[in-house]
Order: sequence, then C-alpha cells, then structure tokens
Amino acid sequence: MHRFLMVTLFFTTTAVMAAGKTIPTSLPELFSYYGARSSLPLDDKRGKDLWFRQTPAKDGKMRDCTVCHGKDLTQSGEHARTGKVIDPMAPSVNKERFTDRKKVEKWFKRNCKWTLGRECTAQEKGDVLKFLSLK
Amino acid sequence: MNSCRVITGILLLIIVCAGSTVSADEGGFASWLLSLERRNEVAPVASETYKEECGACHFPYQPGLLPSGSWKKLLAPKALEDHFGENAELDEELRLQLLKLLEKDAAETSYYKRSRKIMASLNGATPLRITEVPYIHRKHHEIPARLIKPNDKVRSLSYCDACHQQADKGVYDDDTVSIPGYGNWTW
Repeated sequence: MHRFLMVTLFFTTTAVMAAGKTIPTSLPELFSYYGARSSLPLDDKRGKDLWFRQTPAKDGKMRDCTVCHGKDLTQSGEHARTGKVIDPMAPSVNKERFTDRKKVEKWFKRNCKWTLGRECTAQEKGDVLKFLSLK
Repeated sequence: MNSCRVITGILLLIIVCAGSTVSADEGGFASWLLSLERRNEVAPVASETYKEECGACHFPYQPGLLPSGSWKKLLAPKALEDHFGENAELDEELRLQLLKLLEKDAAETSYYKRSRKIMASLNGATPLRITEVPYIHRKHHEIPARLIKPNDKVRSLSYCDACHQQADKGVYDDDTVSIPGYGNWTW
C-alpha cells in the first residue's frame, strides 16, 4: 500500500511538472538555486536597493517595484495599468509566495523587463528574494 | 399541402445534418437549436489555466469576444513582449496551449448570440482590441464619455467588469450593468 502511494505520488509529481504547470520549491531551495549562479553571496541590502531603484521608462515616468507592489509588502498591491489586485509579496502573510519556481521565474522575467528594461541576473534575483524573505 | 410537408421534411433533414457535422464544444448547431437555453451571451471561460495566466493582470476576456485571427496576432511571441505596453511573455509551451484554447473557442466557432453578432460586424477584420469590434463599439455608443474616462472606477471600456456585474460569467445584458457613481444602466 505504502509503495503504491509512493509510486502514485511520484508519477503525479512528474506529470504535473511535465505539463509545465509548476515546479514546487521553497525559499531555501531558491537561495541555493540562485546562489549557485551568483558570484557574490546573496545579500538582502543589495536586493532592497534594487527593489526601490528608480528607472525611467519610455513614457517618461519613473518605475520601481513599488509601482505595482506598493510600499508595504505585507499589503496587497495594484497592477499599474489595470488596477488588478496583486497579493502581498511578504511570505509572512502570503504562504503561497515563492513556492513555485516556474512562477518566480516567469514574473522575474516580465517584471525586470518592465521595470528595469532588461532581464535580471541570477545574483539580482537572489538578492531580491533575500530582501523579500525577511518581510 | 403534400409538397409543403415534403419541403418541411427536407428542411428538417438539412438542419439535423448540418447539426451533426458541426461539433463545437458547446454541443453543436443541433443542440443549440434544440436547447431551451438560447445562448444569449458569450460562452464563459472554461479553462482554469487561461483564467490564471491572463487573469493575473486583467479581466480574463472570453475567447468568444474576438475571432481566432485576432487571438493569433495577440499571442504571437513578439506581440506578448509588448502587450499594450506591458510585458506578458509566456514560455513557449504555455503560449501554444493558450493559443490553442483561444482559437478553439474564438468568436467564429461559437453559437452564443454576442459572438455571432461580433463576427457579423467584423466583416473579416481581426482587430487587436475588443473595443474596436464594431458591434461592441456600437453597443457602448450611448454611454456618455464623462462616465467612462474621467470616472476613476471605470477609466476605459477595456475594464468590462467595472460596469458589467456578471462579466465573469459571460453575461453582458443591459440589466446587469451598474456604472460606478451612476448606477443601473437601462433604457
């Protein structure tokens, strides 16, 4: 019975991952994932700087992460354009945060490009995650 | 009298045959015809993936609001990188999955009334914006501009669910409209 459950669990996990839906993860796992791809140890201070770094956009307005995520990370944010509610980033109030690597990667890619005009490096992603993990 | 019966018979046969050759997800022409529910509105979104991926940033517009030609343009990889000024890049597997389901349920495949009207008004055009569909444009023609753009809780016709209280169910009937700061909209 036990073996049956294990086999079922294994195949379900593989199937879900193969479908491209989720890659279950945790903050420690993400730290080692990005840490292994960074030259410096991950640092929440550098992450904080990047989070609040203002970058001019083509429309002349300044952009930083707080434009959509708000000033208080334990509160909901709001999509700059559509006003759609964005759940809090702080893992202390939002247990769903940083539990799916696929999702983390997707939003880092989109949002770094939107905010900074380029993709973030593994170092930057790791630093930002360190900063967010303390919230 | 006899010929009348024959003609009716032939017509019925044609309808049933036509129905059996069309196999849309909604059940096809025959089930649409025989159904008591007249499919007045737009088919509600069926896919959870679509709701999650597209609905994360905006109201998940029903696939039946645009023809497949429009969805194809919108979901091209380059187009998603600049999705009305936003980056909406998707990984290739997910992009193809979403495109497939949008094409499958696009306006031209639907028997719902509003999808039919949308198709009839488009005349082959494939606009990028739902608000550019002549039928949609015409339906909003009488709403005074002051209730839309300067209205903080509306801002644009793109935010369907700002006024259409049952937009998430694909229902856009006049009776379900409530404009923030104005109230019900019926005439």
